[in-house]
Amino acid sequence: MISTTSNKNRIEKLASVAFALFVWQISAMLVGESLLLVTPIAVVKRLFSLFTEADFFTSIGYSFLHIVAGFLSGLVIGSLMAAIAGKFHLAEIMFWPFIATIKSVPVASFIILCLIWLSKGNLSSFISFLMVLPIIYSNILQGIKSTDKKLLEMADVFRVGLLRRIIFIYLPQLKPYLISACSVAMGLAWKSGIAAEVIGITNGSIGEKLYEAKIYYTTADLFAWTLIIVVLSISFEKLFLYIIKKFFARLERL
Amino acid sequence: MSIVISELSKSFGENIVLNKFSANIPENKTTFIMGPSGCGKTTLINILMGLMREDSGAVTGLPTNKSAVFQEDRLCESFNAVSNVRLVCEKKIKDEEIYSHLAEIGLRDDLAKPVIELSGGMRRRVAVVRAILAKSDIIFMDEPFKGLDDNTKEKTMQYVADNTKNKTVIIVTHDIDEAKAIGGEIITMGLRESDRGQ
Repeated sequence: MISTTSNKNRIEKLASVAFALFVWQISAMLVGESLLLVTPIAVVKRLFSLFTEADFFTSIGYSFLHIVAGFLSGLVIGSLMAAIAGKFHLAEIMFWPFIATIKSVPVASFIILCLIWLSKGNLSSFISFLMVLPIIYSNILQGIKSTDKKLLEMADVFRVGLLRRIIFIYLPQLKPYLISACSVAMGLAWKSGIAAEVIGITNGSIGEKLYEAKIYYTTADLFAWTLIIVVLSISFEKLFLYIIKKFFARLERL
Repeated sequence: MSIVISELSKSFGENIVLNKFSANIPENKTTFIMGPSGCGKTTLINILMGLMREDSGAVTGLPTNKSAVFQEDRLCESFNAVSNVRLVCEKKIKDEEIYSHLAEIGLRDDLAKPVIELSGGMRRRVAVVRAILAKSDIIFMDEPFKGLDDNTKEKTMQYVADNTKNKTVIIVTHDIDEAKAIGGEIITMGLRESDRGQ
């Protein structure tokens, strides 16, 4: 029964994608100017020709490593900050102006500031890190605050140590907060990281390719690289969430 | 040395729950705290467990190492029964011993399942085994046999009686038969002033 429903959903999704591609193809044909709107067929052709270019995989590797490094740093540091703020209210108050600033300042302002402060090579990592940090921090802190007080009292009575408290009480309660935060933060890490590469014109990155597409009006390149970014972002999100879910499943079997 | 409770008082706003309550709880024996609903039994046990502070009065002679069956089960829901017990046990207690204790009160099946998937009665028994196997000098039990059918209740009471010999145990209950079955001292708490005559 579940399998039939899942197959039906898949068919429905495929049908909607086919419909969107059809609308895109018709629109491009009606516009009749590939500079303004390129056809999906032309994008696919360009995508295949990109595979054969020498720096295709190095550009992907460069952007992937930098953005993922920024995301992971944001995850680790945001979680640590949330743990400290959850334990010490004073730390939460001290962190507040930094988190509020990062949340409200436009990403473009940060990118330009960072171009002054940092090398271009580290720009996308740092911007991804900055965008991920407040999301992880806020979600994890909320999760820590909503930890079941009665379970913590139980741990106090039985004198349960910190490590066991983390494994048995905090982590299971943080699971939904962590998954939701990672899911939102990953998409944002990719968007902001690529934006930083475009504005900073980082050598050998996907952002540089997008910048070149803008300079030379190669709309097919723009669409092809955008498609690659979307595929990378979704694949990494699915892989990372799979790993997190597996981690929690193993934890619960302890 | 017995536990001495002297003139313990506790209020929540204008609601006086304990009013200068005094009692002596003997060491290495089971003591039942009985009384009608709302007389302050759970508040008293929470103060003794250190989960609540008294407004006035004093408690002396309380051991440091405590163990408890709370009014609610307070189990880690996504973990199985054995993991929940292991959480509070010393490392020297092996899984086989935990399985054997769980089996003693009829918990043999579904032990690999997260406790959230177990019935209320099964979860209650996991909480009882957890309290028994934790290293402690005093065990608090707040209505430990709540929600168990007669047969299981009898088995669980026998298990508690067998495993708490020469230990200081405080059991909160409404049921005099539980006190008779396990045996021990009985302290009866009266109604609060505010509830008298209602």
